[in-house]
Amino acid sequence: MTRPSGAALGRPPARLLAPALLGAAFLALPLVALLVRTPWSDFVDELTSPEVLEAMRLSLETSLAALVLVVAMGIPLAWTLARVDFPGRSLVRALVIVPLVLPPVVGGVALLSAFGRRGLVGAPLEQAFGISLPFTTAAVVVAHTFVSLPFFVLSVEGALRATDREYDVVAATLGASRWTTFRTVSLPLAGPGLLAGLVLAWARALGEFGATITFAGNYPGTTRTMPNAIYVALQADPQAALVLSVILMLVSVAVLALLRERWFDVALQGAVRT
Amino acid sequence: MSFLDAHVVVRRPGHTLDVRVVAERGDVLAVVGPNGAGKSTLVRALAGVVPLDEGHVVCDGETWDADGVRVEARHRQVGMVFQQGLLFPHLSAVANVAYGRRSRGIRRREAEAEARRWLARLDVGDLAERRPGALSGGQAQRVAVARALATQPRLLLLDEPLSALDVGVAMALRLELARHLAEFDGVALLVTHDALDAMTVANRVLVLDDGGVAQEGTPAEVARRPATDHVARLVGLNVLRGSSAGTTIRLKDGDVLVSTTAARGDVSACFAPTAVTLTVGEPAGSARNRWSGRVTSVAPHGEAVRVHVDAAGGLIADVTPASSARLGLAPGAEVWATVKATEISVYAEQ
Repeated sequence: MTRPSGAALGRPPARLLAPALLGAAFLALPLVALLVRTPWSDFVDELTSPEVLEAMRLSLETSLAALVLVVAMGIPLAWTLARVDFPGRSLVRALVIVPLVLPPVVGGVALLSAFGRRGLVGAPLEQAFGISLPFTTAAVVVAHTFVSLPFFVLSVEGALRATDREYDVVAATLGASRWTTFRTVSLPLAGPGLLAGLVLAWARALGEFGATITFAGNYPGTTRTMPNAIYVALQADPQAALVLSVILMLVSVAVLALLRERWFDVALQGAVRT
Repeated sequence: MSFLDAHVVVRRPGHTLDVRVVAERGDVLAVVGPNGAGKSTLVRALAGVVPLDEGHVVCDGETWDADGVRVEARHRQVGMVFQQGLLFPHLSAVANVAYGRRSRGIRRREAEAEARRWLARLDVGDLAERRPGALSGGQAQRVAVARALATQPRLLLLDEPLSALDVGVAMALRLELARHLAEFDGVALLVTHDALDAMTVANRVLVLDDGGVAQEGTPAEVARRPATDHVARLVGLNVLRGSSAGTTIRLKDGDVLVSTTAARGDVSACFAPTAVTLTVGEPAGSARNRWSGRVTSVAPHGEAVRVHVDAAGGLIADVTPASSARLGLAPGAEVWATVKATEISVYAEQ
C-alpha cells in the first residue's frame, strides 16, 4: 500500500501541530538548558576533582559488577521463561516485571526488608556469618541488579522467543543436548537481543538513584555513585552537579545510538511481549 | 524383526494418528497424503520430537519407543531434512554439517574434515565457508541433506525437502537425492506431495489419509490402483520399467519406448496421464511411442476422464469428456495410445 501524500489529505490541523510542538519543546528544553548552563570552561577541572572522579569510579565498578550478576541470573531466567513450559510461568514473568514499574524508592525499602539488618534474609545472615549488607558497596550492586535485571530478562526472552524453536528440534536430531543447543544455537541467535539487554540494563544501573540511596545510603567512596553525587552536589557545588549530569546524559545518548534500529526493535519486542 | 518396525499412535484433540510402518534396510518409503493427514507428525514421532501416546518404534534392533521406554531424540540415530532447510544461520555450511559430529564429542578438525567430504559429495564442496544467508535455496538444501547424512543415521527422515525449491532446482536435486538414498544403508522416509518424488525416488509408497494408512505398495502398484481419489490425483503417473541404451528404452514386455533423454542401464520412464493421446484407429502423427489395447475402465477424474488401457502393463490416460464421448470410450473398446518422446522423463533405476 502506498502512503497517501500529505498534500492529498490537506494541511495538518494547527490544533494538533501546536500541542505537538509544545510537547517536543518541553522535552528538549531541559536538556538544552543543561548543556547551556554547564561550566564548559571549568569542565575538565570539575571532571578531575577527587569527588567527581571517585563517584565515576564507583558508578562504573558497581554497575559493571551488577551487570555480571544480571547476566549470570538473567540469561538462565530468560531461557527458562522462553523455553520451559511450567505451571505458574506467567506468575514468574509478572514477578520479573514488577521491579520495572515499582517506584525505585519502594524497591529500596523492599530490599531493606529482605536484606536489612532486621530483614527476612539479612537478620539470619548477620547472626550466622556477621555479614551486614545495607550501606555497603555490595548493597549498591544489589540495588543496581534489582532494578536492571528485568530489562535484561525481558530483552533476552523476547530475542529467544523470536528465534525459530525448530532450530532446537534440528539440534536435537543432530544429537545435541539441551545445554549444547542453548550454548551453540539459542544464545548466538539471541545475540542482538542480548546486547540490547546488556546496554539497557547497564544504563539503568548507572542512573539508579532511589533504590540505591534508600538501601545503600550515600557515603563518599563506598556508596556515593554518580546520581547520589549529583544529589549532594546540587546543594554544595552546583557546578559539579552539572558536569556529572552532562556525563550521564551523554551516556544515555550513546546508549540510544547503540540501540537504534535492529537492537532497539528486539528490545522493544521483548518489552511488548509481556 | 524388520529393520524399522514402528506403530505410531499420537492423539490430538479432534484427530488421531495411528500408523504402522515396517521397512527393511535399503528401503526408501515415500509418505504421501493430503494436508493434515499426519505426515509430519509421523516423521516427528519417529524422530522422537513428538511423544507417542501408544505404540512402539524399533530401529535396527534398538527400541526407541515402547511401553516405559522413550529414547530422547538426540540419542536416536536419525537424520532429518526439513522443508525450510533450517540451517543454523550463524554457522558456515561446513560448521552446520559438522554440528552433529561435534555435538557427539568428535573433535572439530576431524568433524570438519568429514563435513567437507559430505559437502563435496552433495556437489557443494566449494561453498563450505559460506553462511546459509549467502546460499541459494537449492544449495542450502544440499547442505541440509549433507548435514543429515553426516551423522550416519539409521533412519533418514526427509520432510518435503524439495517443495520449497524452484521446479528446475528441485528436479536436479531429486535426481541426486535418488542416488544418495539408493546408497543409503538404512531406512529413508520421504514425505512429499509430488508424484515424481514418490515414483522416482522411493521403492515403496505409504499413503496416509485422515491419520491412518490408506494404501501401501510399490510406486507402480499405487499408481495403477490408487485406493483413494487423493492418491489417484497425486500419483496418477505412468511408470514403465525397462533397459535403456541411448534414447531408446526396451521395456520388459519387449516393446520399445523412445525418449529425448539419453541413459544407460535399468531405467524408469515416467509420463503424465495427460501426455497420453487416445485414438480409435492407428494414429498417423509423428508420435513414435504407440500401443494398441483395450479400455479396462473409464471414470470421471476432476475435469477430465481417466481411462485405463491394458497396454504396456497398464496405461493411464486423461482425456476430456468431449473426446471420451467422441471416441466412444467404454470398457472393452479397442484404442490406440500414443505419447510423444518429449513428454517422457527417464530416471535411473535403483
